[in-house]
Amino acid sequence: MADATIPHAAPMRRPLAGRVKAAVVLFAIFAALPPVAAALDDPFFVLIGTRILAYAIAAMALDLILGYGAMVSFGHAAYLGFGTYAVAILSSYGVHDIFLQTAAAILVSALFALVTGAISLRTRGVYFIMITLAFGQMAFFFFISLSAYGGDDGYGLAQRSTLLGSDMLENDFALFYATLATLVALFWACHRIVGSRFGRVLTGIRENPTRMEAIGYSPFRFQLAAFVISGCMTSIAGVFLANQAEFVSPAFMSWHRSGELIVMVVLGGIGTLSGAIGGAVAALLLEEALGALTEHWRLWFGLFLVLMVLYSPNGIAGLVKQVANRGRKS
Amino acid sequence: MTNLFVLQLLNGVQLGVLLFLIAAGLTLVFGIMDVVNLAHGVLYMVGAYLIATFAAATGSFWWGLALMLPAAVVVGLVLEWVVIRRLYARSHLDQVLATFGLVMIASEAVKIIWGVSPLAVPMPEILSGSVPLMGPLQYPVYRIAIIVAGLAVAAGLYVVINHTRIGMLLRAGATDRMMVSALGVDIGRLFAVVFTLGAVLACLAGALVAPILSVDTGMGESVLILTFVVVVIGGIGSIKGAFFGAILVALVDTLGGVFGPILLREVLDPAAAGQAGRMLAPMLVYILMALILFAKPAGMFGGRG
Repeated sequence: MADATIPHAAPMRRPLAGRVKAAVVLFAIFAALPPVAAALDDPFFVLIGTRILAYAIAAMALDLILGYGAMVSFGHAAYLGFGTYAVAILSSYGVHDIFLQTAAAILVSALFALVTGAISLRTRGVYFIMITLAFGQMAFFFFISLSAYGGDDGYGLAQRSTLLGSDMLENDFALFYATLATLVALFWACHRIVGSRFGRVLTGIRENPTRMEAIGYSPFRFQLAAFVISGCMTSIAGVFLANQAEFVSPAFMSWHRSGELIVMVVLGGIGTLSGAIGGAVAALLLEEALGALTEHWRLWFGLFLVLMVLYSPNGIAGLVKQVANRGRKS
Repeated sequence: MTNLFVLQLLNGVQLGVLLFLIAAGLTLVFGIMDVVNLAHGVLYMVGAYLIATFAAATGSFWWGLALMLPAAVVVGLVLEWVVIRRLYARSHLDQVLATFGLVMIASEAVKIIWGVSPLAVPMPEILSGSVPLMGPLQYPVYRIAIIVAGLAVAAGLYVVINHTRIGMLLRAGATDRMMVSALGVDIGRLFAVVFTLGAVLACLAGALVAPILSVDTGMGESVLILTFVVVVIGGIGSIKGAFFGAILVALVDTLGGVFGPILLREVLDPAAAGQAGRMLAPMLVYILMALILFAKPAGMFGGRG
């Protein structure tokens, strides 16, 4: 029992450093994936890997507001959509540069997050969940009626984005490493944000908004800023998803996607950043594995979700801890 | 033009009463039990599938309806007992996840049991056909029957909630759960009743709409989000809010889709108006929601924020 109390007594820096370590291990595993896939002669792994990395970016961005700001946004798939359609629409006008496409995605996402966030943040709890969901659906229906880009059916990309004028991202390996590099950079950014004064104010608001207001912080401004940052980061994930699939469709923005993003964050343990990355890996691998076994994988995935919530409230991380503690005791 | 308006107005009211039947249960579950139930749309779908099965087995819509209701009670009770009951003390996030899981299980299970191709439910003989409305305008009897049935349920709910003991408990529960529990009311049983009532109403909505829609696995999804908008606009926990919210949302959705482009044509050239109208129409409901929440963050009739 004695060692169970140590984490509480340890200074705050300890678990943070552990999380960075966990992330570094994950990144290292990712970096080793393409050579392994090449050795196995199965390039499909690299494409799945890119997809996982892109969702990891989105899940981490969501964790920034869900874990550190207690804002359960059920409309984050909209930002994935903005990212994917920024690629599709700009490239149809001959703008293939990935930086310009990302900038456009961020701009649109920032505007959308600013407006919908300002309205959503006037409410809390259940209202917030439902309103973000409704705004997500609004964006979804907008792109469904966008007949110039295929509407419901989606739109195939003529080519992937270019990087500094070169078409190196056409290579699956290059795209994989570009996505990985972005994930690492954004993880570092998130890590810095969480550790900054801004991040601590955000966490303080999560714990007790009234008290934060009493000592002179306006919760609304900090939450809105975090909401916008998170939305913009999620749209970057969308840019890579569009390139990975070479296809965009409103399916990227359906509310199921938003739900899956929340699942990823919770699976890995909320408010840990590296957990969101691990959660994305776990959720997508589980999806792939179940999908390979049965056509009705959703049934089993849903069952897994319900059981996880009922019996392991802290996600996979919590489960691992439980098992580890039990092992230590015996 | 007037004819079109009257026709769309009736269609709007018909969608409105259906939305009300679904939203009434959802708003009670939110308001009284403080549970986010994403699986509520699933119940609407299950209602439609149940009546399709029972009507096909008995050869009669009415027998199908009569058998669907007790089945819906069972579905509600089992769902509450197996999953929802364990979520009362949990965070909203856990509730979202677990009911999201339920949505996945249910839509896949429906696919396994009934297949992916849409089912059709025969319209009852007595309610088929149309009645003359005004001038050359005809309106299907069945849609009028839906409106009447929906309004009857709304009136029934009004009486139950405002003039009976269980209704008093429901209202008290929506205002202050702890106090009701402290006064010696078996809150667990009250919750089970509320959830089952909501489930039956949602199933009923699905069953009523089955003859005029094709029954398929996607039908719960579109309705779920609209219902959320209704509940948010009306104010969580308020049946009155659910009623007016449902009618308002349905009217804006139906009339906006038809008259939005016509109005836009006054200011834009036809091609641009058509394009803008098509894009704006599905968004109107959400813009309405944003406007109402901007003025009243707790909805039109919501007491709590």
